Amino acid sequence: MTLSELWFVLICVLFVGFVFLEGFDFGVGMGTRFLAKNELERRILINTIGPHWDANEVWLLTAGGAMFAAFPHWYATVFSGFYLPFVVLLLALIARGVAFEYRSKHPSDQWKAIWDWSIFLGSLLPPFLLGVLFANFIQGLPVDADMNMRAGFFDIVNVYTVSGGIAFLLLSYMHGLLFIQLKTGDDLRSRAQNQALKLFFVTGIAVVLFVGLTAIFTDAFNTRGWLLIPMYALAIVFYLALYPLLKQKREGLSFTFSGIILLLVTSSFFVALFPNAVISTIDPAYNITIYEAASGAYSLKLMTIIAGVWCRSFLDIRYGAIIFSEKG
Amino acid sequence: MELLLARIQFAATTIFHFFFVPLSIGLAIMIALMETLYVVKKDEMYKRMAKFWGKFFLINFAVGIVTGIIQEFQFGMNWSDYSRFVGDVFGPPLAIEALLAFFLESTFIGIWIFGWDKLPKKIHMLCMWLVAIGTSISALWILAANSFMQNPVGYEIVNGRAQMTSIVEVLSNPKLWVAYPHTLAASLTTASFLIIGISAYSYLRKKDIEFFKRSFAIALIFGLVASVGTAFTGHSQSKFLVQYQPMKMAAAEGLWEDSGDPAPWKVVAGIDTTNKENTFAIEVPYLLSVLSYGKLEGSLIGMNTLQEQYVQQFGDGNYIPPVKTTFWSFRVMVASGFLMMLLSFIGLILHWKNKLPTSRRLLKLLIPAIFLPYIANTSGWIMSEIGRQPWVVYGLMTTEAGISPNVTAGQILFSLIAFSLIYTLLAIAMVYLFVRVAKQGPNVAIEEDTSATDPFNTGRVVG
Repeated sequence: MTLSELWFVLICVLFVGFVFLEGFDFGVGMGTRFLAKNELERRILINTIGPHWDANEVWLLTAGGAMFAAFPHWYATVFSGFYLPFVVLLLALIARGVAFEYRSKHPSDQWKAIWDWSIFLGSLLPPFLLGVLFANFIQGLPVDADMNMRAGFFDIVNVYTVSGGIAFLLLSYMHGLLFIQLKTGDDLRSRAQNQALKLFFVTGIAVVLFVGLTAIFTDAFNTRGWLLIPMYALAIVFYLALYPLLKQKREGLSFTFSGIILLLVTSSFFVALFPNAVISTIDPAYNITIYEAASGAYSLKLMTIIAGVWCRSFLDIRYGAIIFSEKG
Repeated sequence: MELLLARIQFAATTIFHFFFVPLSIGLAIMIALMETLYVVKKDEMYKRMAKFWGKFFLINFAVGIVTGIIQEFQFGMNWSDYSRFVGDVFGPPLAIEALLAFFLESTFIGIWIFGWDKLPKKIHMLCMWLVAIGTSISALWILAANSFMQNPVGYEIVNGRAQMTSIVEVLSNPKLWVAYPHTLAASLTTASFLIIGISAYSYLRKKDIEFFKRSFAIALIFGLVASVGTAFTGHSQSKFLVQYQPMKMAAAEGLWEDSGDPAPWKVVAGIDTTNKENTFAIEVPYLLSVLSYGKLEGSLIGMNTLQEQYVQQFGDGNYIPPVKTTFWSFRVMVASGFLMMLLSFIGLILHWKNKLPTSRRLLKLLIPAIFLPYIANTSGWIMSEIGRQPWVVYGLMTTEAGISPNVTAGQILFSLIAFSLIYTLLAIAMVYLFVRVAKQGPNVAIEEDTSATDPFNTGRVVG
């Protein structure tokens, strides 16, 4: 495996990590309106994720930074091409991040209401936008010979990409509900379980619809069907297995399963993309492969060494510290 | 139009972000120090101090983090050709910063907040030191990236892109090692003046004098030492400029023609950019030679000479940065710096003579002085970045060439308005909370909400 390929995999891992961790954060954030009935319940929900949201969001920041460093052309094409969606995404993440920190700093109801809405909208928009963006990646982008993307509204927002957004939104919410039932008690917990059951079929249909549209609207299955079909099949098996687990209230296992489903769906985007970083809808010759997009060998090697050292030491410190303080 | 809007947006978001950065860096160090005093001296007062000033740190830190998100993404969004050109050299420091420092900060600040009663004192103190080290390392990586823009080293051009050849050279960039100490000293000054200002406010209200007395003393000492340190490290910056970025130095001094030897320093000057001359100038003899070389002799090259040199070197074009902005931002920075030295010096003398509580006029001055470091930090960066124009990477790429060719003026205008709006709201919320905490003072229930927000109770709490 070359270093470009390794970094493509690492960026995929960072996005998967982000979706897995921040996925339930987003879901819990949505739950503050869709599940919680009053201020106390909202507070309980927010408390389940409040202390971790920033550490989870770092996965996205690191993914962005890694794209910049390892694949400058990928980073430049995508971030300038999706200018407005990224502006909205940033606004949502900013409002949400500050809300977690500021919400409890003043006792007035109005103050709390502002930040509660920030948390709700800031949790609702990003998974939808990310789903739309991921779907755009595999559908292809109007990228020209200079690697610049000039996309109109309907290039970015169409039936297929919206189905990706909805599937991603619902999966995140499901993941969030399963996190809530794991972390809360009594009434809130059983309501989360009931809602997850109610949403089970809708979410399942949304995911199947998205996979079906992928077969119609993209080349993904033609080029990499041998890997994508087993991945999606596995996702569907896990999804079906979720139902009895929900019925039996197997909390830990059902949360793990929904995480695995998110993991499979997110990594499927990268499987479909490889070896391209960007697929051009104008001319296949304008596709940007990861090898063309990559930084020089020196930079990649440097980053690989640093990432390796970091994985060994800092992950130990981080999780050691969390375990330590939970015991303390 | 696109270029102008993109530059305004970058300036606005970066300046706003840098309101929070230096305070985070400086305050983390000072709080860690207070907590260390608590652990060593076993005096509860220091614990209360660490907690009280910690509130300001947390309010400030949150905005610093979220405004940093935009910083990381807008290179690709607004400056895609720049990103393509430098990503190889510029990207790794940014990615490493996110990886190392962000994890360090966000992990240990969380433990610090919730760990007061759960962790052994020394471990808890260590957490704050790790936060302080994390923020300081963040600054190092970001400045390493910025230093490449000011003085590119450790790269070669391959296929029209800058590729890194040596991280050692990137990290031993002489620009980095004049800029980093300067930034750290300025950060400590910023934190000191916040503590000084709020302590002065409490002295005036005659509330919690005993508590604020110690904070006041620590901050005055730090304020004086750090502001003097900022001046000295600033001096090493100007020596660097003379050698590596003579055009920026000449613009900062309003020096059109080559100076005489010894060179005088202009206190103020009437700058005429159309005729490329000064209409008047008030000068201090010898001073520019001292600032540039540290001795009473030596001359500097003027902008007109440099312009001719650069035309020969890089081809036709205007290589003179906006002179008025560079010249005046430098003077605003220096003036604010000296004012801070003076104020902290007087404050310290009065403190030792025990006259501070009755020196109401000085106390009243020290409250708005909270803003002095912000003015100095901002004007310092304006001088540094405007003085680099027309280059985005000095000598390698112009700012104009770095912009995203596919992003329209309308889109940038939308984002500029949206970002400005949300930043204004954040600033209002933050200042409001700062004032509130300052008014409450240290005796209001510090554990405001922690029983309910304690994550380690798995959220099953009622409260």
